[in-house]
Amino acid sequence: MTDYLLDGGVLADGKAVQVLIKDGLINQIESVVSTLGATNLQKISINGCIILPGFVDLHTHLREPGREDSETVESGSRAAAKGGFTAVSAMANTFPVADTAGVVEQVYALGQATGLCDVFPIGAVTQGLGGTALAELGAMADSKARVRIFSDDGNCVFDPMVMRRALEYVKKFDGVIAQHAQDPHLTKDAQMNEGLISSKLGLKGWPAVAEESIIARDVLLADHVQSRLHVCHVTSAGGVDIIRWAKARGIQVSAEVTPHHLLLTDDLAESYDPIYKVNPPLRTQRDVMALREGLADGTIDIVATDHAPHPAENKECEWQAASFGMLGLETALSIVQATMIDTAMMSWGDLAMRMSTSPARIGGYADHGQGLKIGSTAHLTIVNPTRAWKVDRDLVASRSRNTPYHGMEFPGSVVATFYRGIPTVLDAKLESATHGN
Amino acid sequence: MRHLLSTSDLTYTQAIRILDTAAEMARISEGPVKKLPTLRGRTIVNLFFEDSTRTRISFEAAAKRLSADVINFSAKGSSASKGESLKDTAQTLQAMGADAVILRHSASGAAQRLANSHWTSGSVINAGDGTHEHPTQALLDAFTIRQHLRVGTGDLRGLTIAIVGDILHSRVARSDVHLLSLLGAQVILVAPPTLLPIGASTWPVQISYDFDSVLPLVDAVMMLRVQQERMSDFFFPTAREYSHYYGLNADRLKKMKPTAIIMHPGPMNRGLEITAECADSARSVILEQVTNGVSVRMAVLYLLLAGAPSEDGEITQ
Amino acid sequence: MSVALPAVDIARALTRIAHEILERNGGPDSIVLMGIPTRGAFLASRLAALIAGIEGREIPVGTLDITLHRDDLRLRPLRALVPTMTPLGGIEGRNVVLVDDVLFSGRTIRAALDALGEMGRPKTVQLAALVDRGHRELPIRADYVGKNLPTSKGQAVKVHLSEIDGVDEVLVENVEV
Ligand SMILES: [Zn+2]
Repeated sequence: MTDYLLDGGVLADGKAVQVLIKDGLINQIESVVSTLGATNLQKISINGCIILPGFVDLHTHLREPGREDSETVESGSRAAAKGGFTAVSAMANTFPVADTAGVVEQVYALGQATGLCDVFPIGAVTQGLGGTALAELGAMADSKARVRIFSDDGNCVFDPMVMRRALEYVKKFDGVIAQHAQDPHLTKDAQMNEGLISSKLGLKGWPAVAEESIIARDVLLADHVQSRLHVCHVTSAGGVDIIRWAKARGIQVSAEVTPHHLLLTDDLAESYDPIYKVNPPLRTQRDVMALREGLADGTIDIVATDHAPHPAENKECEWQAASFGMLGLETALSIVQATMIDTAMMSWGDLAMRMSTSPARIGGYADHGQGLKIGSTAHLTIVNPTRAWKVDRDLVASRSRNTPYHGMEFPGSVVATFYRGIPTVLDAKLESATHGN
Repeated sequence: MRHLLSTSDLTYTQAIRILDTAAEMARISEGPVKKLPTLRGRTIVNLFFEDSTRTRISFEAAAKRLSADVINFSAKGSSASKGESLKDTAQTLQAMGADAVILRHSASGAAQRLANSHWTSGSVINAGDGTHEHPTQALLDAFTIRQHLRVGTGDLRGLTIAIVGDILHSRVARSDVHLLSLLGAQVILVAPPTLLPIGASTWPVQISYDFDSVLPLVDAVMMLRVQQERMSDFFFPTAREYSHYYGLNADRLKKMKPTAIIMHPGPMNRGLEITAECADSARSVILEQVTNGVSVRMAVLYLLLAGAPSEDGEITQ
Repeated sequence: MSVALPAVDIARALTRIAHEILERNGGPDSIVLMGIPTRGAFLASRLAALIAGIEGREIPVGTLDITLHRDDLRLRPLRALVPTMTPLGGIEGRNVVLVDDVLFSGRTIRAALDALGEMGRPKTVQLAALVDRGHRELPIRADYVGKNLPTSKGQAVKVHLSEIDGVDEVLVENVEV
């Protein structure tokens, strides 16, 4: 096994260090490390770059099994590595749905075989995402995939009794229900944020209250049954307020925001280009600012990508006929830097917390999110905050091209990713070899 | 002007020019010669993804009077009703050399999507897109109002026009609001709160829930079609209650100015939003709207297609 | 660029045409002047004034926008339509004199004949042009010509009238081919 010496980088707090990766573990972090005993040592210069713990995504649509035309575990893993992720969480809305031990073990095994990052499956809450009968949550938890996060994402667990039972049931193995908060009755055929823009465009509105009312109900349920709730992709100022209130009451709720909801607003729909069609929808500038504040003050715990690949034909059509969703893995870091760090709302340490430590804790991914701890597995993400780049949809690692950021320029990039002590990305390019078992 | 997608894209000058051109078209249409060589050799496609016989026929008549070749393409009901078919169909029409596509679609924004895509290079005319806009309907409404209340020239300054009914789902209402206010009219939207879009108060309109209080103020009332299925979505309790508060009937007719006119984009639900008595009264200009529709569409086709292609599409004298 | 017809010559030519029209039609009674916009309409008004000066009474004048009747619109920039004004008393059974500034290919006049057809059925249709520059593409000729101006196809003839251009003159320009 090759050992690595990272030279010329800084920690999140700005301290200049060398890092020695030995036998896949973080061996030393010192201003000058001792390389005695290192074998096959490769020195990597990362002048001016920031060394962060490997990013963990709690919300990734990898589409396998069933929609391999848009993404596979392999292509999604490549996109993840390129974006600095060392672990992703594969959403359950595949075909078949990940609602049995068999499917989650298959996805987990595909991830291990690819070997570019850990792929932790999320199990469905209800059978077939149908919202009525609980899936075998225990069997998925006990499977080789060790599922701890359960979500019907794409659908809301709308029946309050089903939601209550799910929250209660997962306490047995310290699981968490990740809710896609969307009242289906208030959002029938909804296309975009309900507001001035939707009224003008004649697109059916998706009111923020459809999200907020479910969040409010669910935090009260989580409180009542003393269980853990995770709120997927919060989009509205009102949602942030409710979560802030719940946390102040000591309710065990965590929440995520997507990069696109930190950056983009509903007026982009004026082009009627469905590249901006996403569930939940882009909201207003006021909501964007509330989400940034919520992420900065910790009300929102983490950034999660909701990476949602779609084939071209699902976007090259009229808005109503298009699929919801946009790519996220490869641009996440750049957007969080642009919206949170470069605006002085967050430090790099905060970013490490929101993109590594906290998501790993919520998902129970013990091998990840350990920070830069001596002796822990060397999952590292190296960021060059001044290496600007322009997004090109033709150059993405994902199998799909539905990025809304095509042509946009961002201030910083992921230049290297280490997964289990092995570089999956160097010099901002994917390492060609697959290091799986 | 290369496309006509929305009345909100029109400048005052462009709007007046379309109406003035339509007036010339109307004058010619009254004469014995029904066919002009103006657009000879041009191919115009009526691409209808949604049924609307009256709109299609109106565009077809307009195109034929100007000697354009017209191809009718009804995508409704074919396998092509979903999604990507708009692209496929547009590319097919492009290959056939369409100079203009008149698009009717149930999806809001379909016309804009087509115009901004590389799927076709021709002009795109929006003949109604979902619940977004229906610009030629608004133009014929403005034209009709101008004929009756403004001696057929100039703008609509000083006039008060009520648009009554299902504003939320009405593409006609959106187009009318932009155009009539652009031309200087005061627009009052009259509807139950459930049928007004969120944020309509930021539009250049007044809003009223009370039809009766508005009636004496208006120079024209535009009654919108109310679809029966709105009841099942709780927009109003019953058809009877809707008619009671928002239907135009003989009693309400008496409260209007003697000069005020009654309009309806059709097709009408007689007995729901308008009684037969009102629809057929001397104050009704509903059939004239249909006639004017052809002149307005001739004007739009002329202005979009008659000249040599130029960068800015501006008009020379 | 050269001045082919200065203001004084234009005035003289119009006066002559006014007399010729009266002579040919045996007096003013049956005459209707129809100007083809833009400049033909101004010329028609001037001829009407000249005839009124000679005869001491007004004759009917109208305008005829022929844009929609052209079949060569694709070759030139889009034109705004100019309202057509039917002369008082119409054209039915009258001797209609079409008035245009320059007679060239004859296509404008062909379109004008079509346009006139929608308005009614005149007894005769005659044509007055300030300038005839030749190069006819249709069997059309003018009954009254201000000046025959032999030109090549590479030249452009521009008529300026004081009503719209501030000055009366006819220019011949060599344009690049
Ligand atoms: Zn979701």
